[in-house]
Amino acid sequence: MTTPLTLPPKKDPQKRTKVPVLPPVARGRAALGLGVMAAQGRFGLQVCSECAAIQYPPRDACVKCMSEDLAWQDVDPTGKVMAETTIRVSPEPYFRERMPWRMGAVQLAVGPTLNCHLHGEIGRGDAVRMALKLDKAGQGVLIALPLKGSDVMQDDPVLRAMSCDPKHRRILISDARAPMALALTQAMLSAGAAHVFLGEPEAWLSWPERAELEGMENVSIMPLDVTDVSSVAKLAAEIGGKVDILINTASYVRVGGIMDNDTSFASNSFEVNALGLMRLAQGFGRAMSGRVQDGINSAAAFVNILSVRALSPDANYGAFGASQAAARSISQSLRAEFQSSGMRMMNVYIGPIEGDAWFQPLPPPKVTPNAIARSVVSGLVDGLEEVTCGDIARDVYARWQADALLLEREMTGGGS
Amino acid sequence: MTRLPYDGVVLTAPVSVPYERYTNESAHWWIARALREALKKASVTPQELDGLSVSSFTLAPDTPVGLTQHFGISPRWLDTVPMGGASGVAAMRRAARAVQCGDVDVVACVAGDTNRIDSFRNLLSAFSRFSMDATFPYGFGGPNASFALLQDAYCHTYGATREDFGKIAVSQRANALHNPHAIMKKPLSLAQYMAGRMISDPISLFDCVMPCAGSEAFVMMREEMAVAKGLPYARISATIERTNAFPDDPMQLRGGWVVDIEELWDMAGHGPDAIDVLQTYDDYPVICMMQFEDLGFCAKGEGAEFVRRHDLTIGGGFPHNTSGGQLSVGQAGAAGGYLGLVEAIRQVTCTAGPTQVEGAKRAAVSGFGVINYDRGLCSAAAVIEGVNR
Repeated sequence: MTTPLTLPPKKDPQKRTKVPVLPPVARGRAALGLGVMAAQGRFGLQVCSECAAIQYPPRDACVKCMSEDLAWQDVDPTGKVMAETTIRVSPEPYFRERMPWRMGAVQLAVGPTLNCHLHGEIGRGDAVRMALKLDKAGQGVLIALPLKGSDVMQDDPVLRAMSCDPKHRRILISDARAPMALALTQAMLSAGAAHVFLGEPEAWLSWPERAELEGMENVSIMPLDVTDVSSVAKLAAEIGGKVDILINTASYVRVGGIMDNDTSFASNSFEVNALGLMRLAQGFGRAMSGRVQDGINSAAAFVNILSVRALSPDANYGAFGASQAAARSISQSLRAEFQSSGMRMMNVYIGPIEGDAWFQPLPPPKVTPNAIARSVVSGLVDGLEEVTCGDIARDVYARWQADALLLEREMTGGGS
Repeated sequence: MTRLPYDGVVLTAPVSVPYERYTNESAHWWIARALREALKKASVTPQELDGLSVSSFTLAPDTPVGLTQHFGISPRWLDTVPMGGASGVAAMRRAARAVQCGDVDVVACVAGDTNRIDSFRNLLSAFSRFSMDATFPYGFGGPNASFALLQDAYCHTYGATREDFGKIAVSQRANALHNPHAIMKKPLSLAQYMAGRMISDPISLFDCVMPCAGSEAFVMMREEMAVAKGLPYARISATIERTNAFPDDPMQLRGGWVVDIEELWDMAGHGPDAIDVLQTYDDYPVICMMQFEDLGFCAKGEGAEFVRRHDLTIGGGFPHNTSGGQLSVGQAGAAGGYLGLVEAIRQVTCTAGPTQVEGAKRAAVSGFGVINYDRGLCSAAAVIEGVNR
């Protein structure tokens, strides 16, 4: 039922690039919770803390007991399609360009009826699982998915517009020397990426994985130093119009706290980890933002790989943590700037990397380059904004979400 | 407690200002036209008007309070009814009690809206919080998509076909050809209805109303005043209203009338058989069919069979939406919630002119409105009876 996407032909430079228009952006405050869930790939609704009634649409008082204590919780996503329609006329420009558009009403097994997008493989009467996805407006929306979809279910046009699937897209990995660069390249190609560009700083220094990357089909190694504005500008001028997903892997790590550390190490950390991201955004962000609706291989996402220390520092990596926090802040600002174009900004939080010499003194568990690559691919396919990879990152992120101040005390004062 | 009858209060001076597809005039302008004509018809001066009830979606930034200064009137009783398609009956039953109890002597009930280019889209975008959060992001089909889901579920449950809905639309167009003010002036055949392009499956072109500008009004006063002025008038036999009925129904297959329908006919003192003319709220034919069932003209699920067995035109055995309804006259925002009631007053006072049903004495009117999220929340109905003079 889903028509597999094929690699699109080269673009005609004489044709106008489709200008990004967004689906409806406006939401009430309570409804923003849908986006919070969608950004993390969770399916959840408001649940009354007093009577446990599950609510939809999002609201300010319980539909059963009028309690105002409504907490967002994961709920059973299964349901049944009660009715469907194919909209052929709409006054809204985003949908007008995409007619016909299917939507339906799904009754969740746990109660409420949800108006939602329908995946092409389902219709009235079908058992479905609901998912929350971020649409091009960056808002959380509901889509009904098949319980067991076909192999190409991701190619459904409605689902694809809510995903940043690497399939048929062109990827730029900013630092080929990063420990996860090779694994990422392999994972992107297996996920169907059309081409992977890798940035190479300081080309005169040899590094072991270069030969392997050089031998791969649809892979190009290009000079790129994220600390150098002209280097970024030069590469952007060359390939900026055909980068669909940019993955920032550049990272500078040194051990040490604040009082006794060399500020030049700290300075390098900020130059690479924080300002490097800013330079990449300045070089590539505008062109990508203009190409968000440029067909199958449209621009889709900026990915920033962050240490989970961005959320709560480890005193032994003080300057590094500070640069990661700054990088995360830049990510969030960028996310806001991308909002009007539909570009996704995805943060992938990781713990110490297995095999990275700078994390050598730390005990396990550590995260492997392959695990990072898998998380980046699945995060893009699922269209997420916030991804955690590995046990440490998952654990710290959950504790930070629950109580950031308590997490700080746990980091320094034990609590066992 | 048994409800008191509406003794001593009457309806008079029905006014429909001819609709226009697009206009540059404001809602204020449209409301003023209907109000002025209704007062003239009721022989009431603006100074004598001490009560006003207004329904409108497009008055912003004003409210009916602003209208009083705008029009230079000083009512001692002011009401605004935001119940969309149920506004006419709801406004009437509120005003009736105020007049009956002496809080006010004369109430003009008026509904009107403007329709500028692109104002329908803007109106939809700001319609309700739930629709902004939970309906429009899903293809922005507007009410067409909401009613398509309803009709899809209805047909699947009860087996109604497009032909059945087509018969309702085609009959109303036949009625509209007698109404010189209907926006739709060309005859419509069932074949044309069936060939209408899909708008939001299974809702097709001729299931949809045309958004337009217009206004409707009537006047309520004590019976002795109407007699003294020599006005034709109608009495109110019974009314009901209900908001957000059956919240646990997963899909809306019945309206709020079902909750209160026995009370309506008990209060009227007769059943649906005694009704000479029926005005239902017809934003889509499927809603008319639901009203045939929920008002008691046939059993639940037998609406399609009822339509097949009856002639719904002015001269037929079951005259329905005699002015052509919103499907043929157009939908002028909140005035759509008045159109059926205003036509019913004309019918039972024998002042309907070219759309008059011969000998019509009793009319039932029902309203339905406000798709806040996935269903119409407001429903109301009334039975009115003309007085022989």
